Amino acid sequence: MNYGADVIVIGAGVTGAAAARELTAYDLRVLVLESGEDVCSGTSKANSAIVHAGFDAKTGSKKAQFNVAGSRRMRELVTELDVAYRPNGALVLGFAEEDRARVQELYDRGIANGLAPEEMEILSGEEARSIEPALSDEVTCALHAKTSAIVCPFELTAALAENAAHNGAQFKFLSRVTGIRREEDGYSVECADGSVYRARCVVNAAGVYADEIHNMISDNKLSITARRGDYLLMDKEAGGLVSCTIFELPGTYGKGVLVTPTVHGNLLAGPTAVDTQDKEETATDAISLDEVGKRAAHNVKNLPLKQVITSFSGLRAHEAGGDFIIGECADAPGFYDAAGIESPGLSAAPAIGVFLAEQIAGKLGAAKNPAFDGKRKGIPHVAHLSDEERAALIKEDPAYARIVCRCETVTEGEIREAIRRTPGARSMDGIKRRVRAGMGRCQAGFCTPRVMEILSEELGIPMEEVCKNLPGSELLVKGGAV
Amino acid sequence: MSSVNIRDFGTHAQVLVIGGGPAGLAAAIAAREAGIEKVLIIERDRMLGGILNQCIHNGFGLHTFHEELTGPEYAARFIKKAAELEIPYLLGTMVLSIDRDRRVTVMGDETGILTLTADAVVLAMGCRERPRGALNIPGYRPAGIYTAGTAQRLMNIEGFRIGNRAVILGSGDIGLIMARRLTLEGAEVVCVAELMPYSGGLKRNIVQCLIDYDIPLKLSHTVVDIRGKERVTGVTIAAVDGNRKPVPGSEEEIDCDTLLLSCGLLPENELTKMLDTPMSGITGGAVVDEHLQTGIPGIFACGNVLHVHDLVDYVSEEAAHAGKNAAAYVLGGGIAPGAVVTVQTAGGVRYTVPQRIDPAAMEDTVTIRFRVADVYRDRSIAVYRGEKCLTRRKTRVLAPGEMEQVVLKKEDLAGLTEEEGLRIVLEES
Repeated sequence: MNYGADVIVIGAGVTGAAAARELTAYDLRVLVLESGEDVCSGTSKANSAIVHAGFDAKTGSKKAQFNVAGSRRMRELVTELDVAYRPNGALVLGFAEEDRARVQELYDRGIANGLAPEEMEILSGEEARSIEPALSDEVTCALHAKTSAIVCPFELTAALAENAAHNGAQFKFLSRVTGIRREEDGYSVECADGSVYRARCVVNAAGVYADEIHNMISDNKLSITARRGDYLLMDKEAGGLVSCTIFELPGTYGKGVLVTPTVHGNLLAGPTAVDTQDKEETATDAISLDEVGKRAAHNVKNLPLKQVITSFSGLRAHEAGGDFIIGECADAPGFYDAAGIESPGLSAAPAIGVFLAEQIAGKLGAAKNPAFDGKRKGIPHVAHLSDEERAALIKEDPAYARIVCRCETVTEGEIREAIRRTPGARSMDGIKRRVRAGMGRCQAGFCTPRVMEILSEELGIPMEEVCKNLPGSELLVKGGAV
Repeated sequence: MSSVNIRDFGTHAQVLVIGGGPAGLAAAIAAREAGIEKVLIIERDRMLGGILNQCIHNGFGLHTFHEELTGPEYAARFIKKAAELEIPYLLGTMVLSIDRDRRVTVMGDETGILTLTADAVVLAMGCRERPRGALNIPGYRPAGIYTAGTAQRLMNIEGFRIGNRAVILGSGDIGLIMARRLTLEGAEVVCVAELMPYSGGLKRNIVQCLIDYDIPLKLSHTVVDIRGKERVTGVTIAAVDGNRKPVPGSEEEIDCDTLLLSCGLLPENELTKMLDTPMSGITGGAVVDEHLQTGIPGIFACGNVLHVHDLVDYVSEEAAHAGKNAAAYVLGGGIAPGAVVTVQTAGGVRYTVPQRIDPAAMEDTVTIRFRVADVYRDRSIAVYRGEKCLTRRKTRVLAPGEMEQVVLKKEDLAGLTEEEGLRIVLEES
């Protein structure tokens, strides 16, 4: 059997991208198949963007293990890959006397999960408010998790994918996997367009569809429910309301509604938790959005809901067993799952990637890739540069002087670079996630025509074919006057 | 492109105008006509004229030129005038920051990154549209949802077709204009839904853009759901009650591929906020005095960045006033601050511009513009100095979509103090 790749990774979300990147550290040919038009187009694009400290997950669970290891690994990874990250700490709020015991329970669980005592502290209501003056006056106690952090999930995923590609991984987009067959010494993977790829190992990082992929090959069936969460994103003017991530005490449906700054300076509140049948149901609903506002405002005073610039919903891949499923499938040798990756999946991804790569390299007897280069330089963000740095950049390429997105100060140079990277942006959403054009307070009102024009030029396609994301999401219809 | 080589111009302007739309052009022209040698317009787009360039319908200029012009024609008159006066401008250049000492850092093709200084600055950055997110409309986020102005640009400047069957939410003027525009381009406009029990647009636009084309205007209705994963496939509209909450059971599903939003304009004051000058929570613009000067001496504001106007003619008039005052500031060495009196409002007057008047420093007259909070019939607009009525004018209908104004005389305000008070009120006729 002739295998075109050693490993096929199904899914280019943060988990798949992390696995692909770590696999390229070995002497392995890696192919990533993604159903979307771009990386980071499923669960990874719509979540809380938190790198959790690791006190929440049940001790002994895979969630706990990979969260703690992943968030530690994240600190190095964001430097290697030049990704926006801020260790901002987190507070879990208690409101009643009995909550004190639950806060203590979280602290103890953190220690049991491997956190150091100096990484956490239990605060009184006053102490918590001295750190975060905007906290509700009714807060009586809080767990302060000092190692909690925030990250840009879009940039992290794109950076992992770029670095994987830099080290030889191939990416195929719009490649939805429809079938997997066991071969004598590996697998053949068929996509919706009829193309078939063969590899010795497969990594299943298919997000909310990881059960379907897994069930194609295994008799130990998985069942993943898409658990929808709605979010409200507020203007950067509101971004300074809190500096830590503010959690409620966790309940059955996850960590409750949080309020957090984002690495880009916005304020984010959410998510709710509603189980859905449709794994593409990313529609927000009025009741959920209302609930986000009310619960967030209960925890944080003066929440400026008038400054909401957008709302969105994300789907968590909740597996019936409640834990991550990571590793080689018992009845399908060479088939590796990274399934049920709901929160703390973003935090865990760096460790999941390393773990799967080690396992697969061991299985295939692959040596380290001597040419592996783990460094990636981010797209320059003109908004964050000093005037001297801006001048130097403009001297190199005048396109960096032309501002396209006025709200986020994004230049033509950045947008072109986002398209020219490998894998590069192919859609309006791809641009938005990489360089933030359209992410600001006018929500793409002014920059849309210009970004479309640049996409059209760079991709060599007519304006009518420029998409928001997938085919079918064209912004224009045919028959214009031109 | 830009009319000026920045090396020749240097880095100092006497009057620096931020924005090359109708407000900026009128301000720059007035400043030059008042004798300012070094005026400079900074424009972020690739041409002067601002949003007027995409407003290809007629109806502009009735007050200023006593004829009906299209937006580009109206802009062209000012662009021509600016050219005759040899007013330099920079295109594709955006102001990144401004400080209270009137240091302005810009970035663009001609300048690279550059800090300019100015003796006076006129803020004329215009406004932006309220996006879907700020309206909290639930549902999917597919392609095919546009603010009316974005759609207008794509259609009228770029020449594209944005959809075949549209619902428009909001009856602001751009939404009304776009209902007609889409219809003329062969698209079907199913309806215009308006949250409020009245339209936010001009009466003439409702007649000429909706009624003339049999497009239903559904007052007290809103969009409660958006369907479609890639492109819009439909929206659900519902009636709203007196608290603007959707009425259960009133939902109506409409198949469409496009949703246009025309739900209000927001003055674009990112730069103004860097100055830490008092802002109005109602207009979204700076608080200004009768010279249209902000709280920072030598920094003036006009046009839609100050408050959203209904007619561009008033923008031009206001901006010319700001430009003239900026020139006077530069040539006369500042405006001596006197006893400033706050203009108070009552009885449905939402705000005034200016918000403050200096009776000693003011010219012979001051024009006070304002909007009302609701639709009012048979009211009088009255101005009181203390208990004394200065003017009173009967009106038949007042609506939030239309700007009103009163002109006050210096002689009537002589010696006016804050204690005595100046009030603009609506009264039963």
